[in-house]
Amino acid sequence: MQTTTFKTDEEFFVDPQRCIGCHACEMACAECETNGQLPMISVDYVSRADSPQTSVQVCMHCEDPVCARVCPADAIQKDEFGIVHSATTARCIACANCVIACPFGVPKKFEPTKLMMKCNMCYDRTSAGRKPMCATVCPSGALFYGTRAQLAAQRPASVAVNVFRFGRETVRTKVNVMMPAGATELIVD
Amino acid sequence: MSRLPVAAEQLIAEFGPHLNYPPREGFPGRDQPDAVVPTHCCFCGMQCGIKLLVKDNRVVGFDPWEEFPFNEGRLCPKGVQRYLQNNHPDRLLHPLARVEGRGFAPASWDDALDRVVGEIRRIQSAHGRDAFAMLSGVSLTNEKSYLVGKFARLALKTRNLDYNGRLCMVSAGAGNKKAFGLDRASNTYADLERADVVMICGTNVSETFPTLTHWIWRARDAGAKLIVVDPRMTPIARTADLHLPVRPGRDSALYGAILRELIVHDWLDHDFIAHHTSGFDAAAAAVESFSLPWAEEVTGVPAAQIAQAAEWWGRAATSFLLHARGIEHHTKGVDNVVSCINLVLATGRIGKPYCGYGTITGQGNGQGGREHGHKCDQLPGNRDIENPQHRAYIAGVWGIPEPELPGKGLTAYEILEAIHRGEIRGLVSICFNPLVSLPNSEMVREALEKLEFYVAIDFFLNETARHADIVLPGSLHEEEEGTVTTAEGRVTRVRAAVTPPGEARTDTAILLDLARRLGAGDKFAFATSEDIFNELRVASRGGTADYYGITYEKIERQMGVFWPCPDLDHPGTPRLWEDRKWPTNDGKAHFNAVPFRGSGEVPDPEFPIILTTGRVVSQYLSGTQTRRIGKLVDQYPEPLLEIHPVLAARLGIRDRELVRVVTRRGSAEFPAQVVTTIREDTVFVPYHWPGRKSINRLTSGHLDPVSKIPEFKVSTCRLEPTGRTAPSARETAAHASA
Repeated sequence: MQTTTFKTDEEFFVDPQRCIGCHACEMACAECETNGQLPMISVDYVSRADSPQTSVQVCMHCEDPVCARVCPADAIQKDEFGIVHSATTARCIACANCVIACPFGVPKKFEPTKLMMKCNMCYDRTSAGRKPMCATVCPSGALFYGTRAQLAAQRPASVAVNVFRFGRETVRTKVNVMMPAGATELIVD
Repeated sequence: MSRLPVAAEQLIAEFGPHLNYPPREGFPGRDQPDAVVPTHCCFCGMQCGIKLLVKDNRVVGFDPWEEFPFNEGRLCPKGVQRYLQNNHPDRLLHPLARVEGRGFAPASWDDALDRVVGEIRRIQSAHGRDAFAMLSGVSLTNEKSYLVGKFARLALKTRNLDYNGRLCMVSAGAGNKKAFGLDRASNTYADLERADVVMICGTNVSETFPTLTHWIWRARDAGAKLIVVDPRMTPIARTADLHLPVRPGRDSALYGAILRELIVHDWLDHDFIAHHTSGFDAAAAAVESFSLPWAEEVTGVPAAQIAQAAEWWGRAATSFLLHARGIEHHTKGVDNVVSCINLVLATGRIGKPYCGYGTITGQGNGQGGREHGHKCDQLPGNRDIENPQHRAYIAGVWGIPEPELPGKGLTAYEILEAIHRGEIRGLVSICFNPLVSLPNSEMVREALEKLEFYVAIDFFLNETARHADIVLPGSLHEEEEGTVTTAEGRVTRVRAAVTPPGEARTDTAILLDLARRLGAGDKFAFATSEDIFNELRVASRGGTADYYGITYEKIERQMGVFWPCPDLDHPGTPRLWEDRKWPTNDGKAHFNAVPFRGSGEVPDPEFPIILTTGRVVSQYLSGTQTRRIGKLVDQYPEPLLEIHPVLAARLGIRDRELVRVVTRRGSAEFPAQVVTTIREDTVFVPYHWPGRKSINRLTSGHLDPVSKIPEFKVSTCRLEPTGRTAPSARETAAHASA
């Protein structure tokens, strides 16, 4: 069995309101040798004409990942820590089912290599007890990696939510989104 | 005669800016580096800790430095990409000599330096010593800032030395000296953590100091109210509890009106005012007429919002006020600064935990670089070059008779004006790109073309250096040991991760060699950067910026030392004024009376719109470094004209339409970005770009009478829609605009 020092008490938290649109996360992510200078996290304006607000989207690592369910080649696996890994190179047939199915719009099909790629929560770092690169560099705290206790102590006005409702479908994720205290789920539509 | 030797396009093709991208798989050796060097980012006054990965004497990547206390690994995109300035195809590797009609040709160091020394001697013997000027910059370390000051006074023997901090820190410095007798942020950012109210004035924190955003959120998480004063809704203003969209140029009216509210409602610390300050009555009298309706009329901020800000500030138990270039880049820059300080003093919230004040220093070493003597009016330790005692002390340290020490010279913009008038004939520059960063840059270009001789020391051929007769390849931040003082006043260690490539030398080695050739070698017998620092320690001793007790060893052991640190067993001073002793003539903190006055330019029928300028998150200053890093350029590739849809509709301007911006200095075209996030009477263009894409061709040369900072934040303009849609950013290639 592969040995890791993955810290099971640490989690990923996203607080979109803190995103300042600086793109440090994208640039740091792209530096990873497995990503070939392509970021697996994306920052976009919501509507620049009206606001400088940006949204940041990282793989949410669903408890029951629809990307894996729709993959005809069984190329996408969730591991014992709940990390949903990028499609394995040998199996991926570039059908883009995962790209279409993901409710968060995360997986991307990269045409030159005909491969789906997405965030694997910096497995090389997190499996060695380190924080993901994006959450390490994020200058505003929009991306945070640590324990719930640390977060609760630092941000008493917010609560971590990992239940999303898309119409009648409920999705639970490993990655949390910060919402005002009292919230229990995020209704997307 | 320093016109370009060939067309700018030809120089750009040879020397860049070219864009550096990492290879897809990363640079070879990144996974097994020879060294992992903990040092600092070279961009901005935060001076974030960062580790550089080195292989075969090249920087091949970075790793966050999570142990460094200020940023704990956090970085902005400039920090993430900063390693790509090393190992860059545009890097200057040999001395260059201008060849008319051909461009630049490699020269030997001996030939290049002989030529420089010969021209200095020729010009100075024909026109006097002050006819040769020096321009410096505060991306240089403390050691190099000190060395430049000593070099100009003792080797070049000129009074005309100034620096690009003149475009950055001087209003804050002058304001702080007037109020406190000392120029440093009063607190570390850790004091934000439990501030009840945080007021940030004219500072686009999230784009210009992104890693400071974390500390502001720490305050907000603990319940702080955030007040942001800015004519634009910046990313930090978007989430503020209160955003006051002040009309550019009217800042002191706003702060004066808030002071008046504090007085009217008696939200004052009478005990503090009585015992620890002077000048309150005059400051109060100056704002007596600053009623809320008047302030609303002048500032464009609704009276209710001003009243709300005053109430939050007035009723708070703890607070932190921060400001930056937004209030400082004015003909009233010093007025604006002291009008902010008046609010801090009126409530007595300084020199205590979670009660803070400070300017946010912009440049990499904007703090330390403004303390040790490469300003025209300053000697090391933030001493005054016109003060007889200060002169005598430094003359003693330097081993010269005091009369040999030159006096006060011209400031940066005034040096260019003097070149334009023909009074200054020769120039040496280091770490400064005035053709992009100074206002009214067509005047700057004409001045450069009139120089009889110009030598530039730099690592890339920046836009100004293209006009040089001799270019000397100096060193990058990661190629020399030294220290830098952050915006908090924390002295930190910068490491030499690699040695300069090719025949390039360290900046220090170049200055020492020039000093020797100019006959002043005995005053410049430094073997290491630490030797220079140790002399700086002595030279600063007893000054307000006292570094005497700071050593390299102490900086490394403590991960930084806050000055003042007057003796070797002193730990440094993170929070100022706990002792309630101000180094002013009466030992007290000073209120300053600030009557309102107008900007250098005010809107009129011919130029009815306010033009203001600033920065974007992916670029740094004049872009010499960041316009050469591919992903930073891609993120925001060309300057856009931010314009409100109401103004755009009135003028018939569409999004992405090219708009001609016309001021008294000239005109230039920028694509419109129609956004509701700016005042209707104001347009904004960021300034990092050269040539046709330089907004500084249009900005005004009005200066603050005290600080001599240019008024970048207020010019008046008119807008002329061209009817043409802007070409794609890729086609425009603004980063390398001629």
